[in-house]
Amino acid sequence: MIPRSVNLFLLGFAVFAMLAGVTILVVQQWSPYRSFGVGGSFVMSDLEGRTVTDRDLLGRPTAIFFGFTFCPDVCPTTMLSLTSAMKKMGTVADKLNVVFVSVDPERDTPEALKQYLAFFDPRIRALTGTPRQVANMASAYRAYVRRSETEDEGYTIDHETSVMLFNSKGRIIGQIFHGEDENAFLAKLNTLAEPNVCRPGLPTTSNLWSSAGELAGGACR
Amino acid sequence: MLNTISRSLIITAALFGMGSVASSHEYKAGDLTIQHPWSRATPPGAKVGGGYLTITNNGSSADRLVGGSAEISTRFEIHDMAVENGIMKMRPAGPIEITPGATLSLAPGGKHIMMVGLTQTPKEGDTIAGTLVFEKAGTVKVEFKVEALGASAPAGAAAPVPAHGEAAGSHHH
Repeated sequence: MIPRSVNLFLLGFAVFAMLAGVTILVVQQWSPYRSFGVGGSFVMSDLEGRTVTDRDLLGRPTAIFFGFTFCPDVCPTTMLSLTSAMKKMGTVADKLNVVFVSVDPERDTPEALKQYLAFFDPRIRALTGTPRQVANMASAYRAYVRRSETEDEGYTIDHETSVMLFNSKGRIIGQIFHGEDENAFLAKLNTLAEPNVCRPGLPTTSNLWSSAGELAGGACR
Repeated sequence: MLNTISRSLIITAALFGMGSVASSHEYKAGDLTIQHPWSRATPPGAKVGGGYLTITNNGSSADRLVGGSAEISTRFEIHDMAVENGIMKMRPAGPIEITPGATLSLAPGGKHIMMVGLTQTPKEGDTIAGTLVFEKAGTVKVEFKVEALGASAPAGAAAPVPAHGEAAGSHHH
């Protein structure tokens, strides 16, 4: 009897300690992604109709942004920030997968997406799929996507605004948050592409989770 | 916070621009003053564009912005957007009341006009003919000036406010 209750006590303590640990982690690192399994397997299509899975992204660090062409503000400005950062990075950006995932398969036809992407860095590729494939991927990546009706039977989509950053093994290692400036885009993408390389003139950061205005690191010397 | 800043920048900027013909255009309709309607270039294939402006009510009775039109879109809607915990949410927001003495600011990141169903792609430097419809002041013809895709404020307005040492129009909030 006594050993069992001691065991129960120890078990209870262990569970308590674990929960406390998890709570501290969540509180300290307030990003909704950091402590959870974000990412994983998906099956989508590229704009030529070819199947693309999570395995096609492995081997290179990846930046993923969930958006749609009917998005008037956040999506084009984020795509523009990605584009200007990649332009400044030059061939360094070749080391990355930069992926735009359409969360509006109903209206974002491959043709509309091709036209849209042509405006941005050609290295940004788009993924689309059936509504179910898109929903599955958004769910695996913890990307909030919810349709919201507007006037005249139109709709818009409430959506995740951050750019999620993954290492070459598909593990999430950071985020570019909505509201971060071009310098933060550049520093984070640069660090993502070449974590241990200091390139003069290009800003890097030691913290891919830093939020707007808190960018750690700075330009290399 | 950023929204507040960018809004106040736009208001400050609008004040800056008042002396300059090139950077600001305004319209009067009854007691309303409409300042600098502008829009952003959109990527090709985009089906929506934003419309931004400020409206000041100099009169003694409230008026309401109920709608309008733009020559490049099939629909004209008034929406409100906000980013909360990283999630962008947008909702229909019209009609909007402008109380006496108040200035309504329609700007990126907050309440704005949505030109829905673009029939052509607005490019930087274009002007878009349109109308604003008010409950009392009636229909007012305006022109929206098209700024760069990344613009967070109208050109000429962004200039006095250095942002991260970048050229105006290349940053966003």
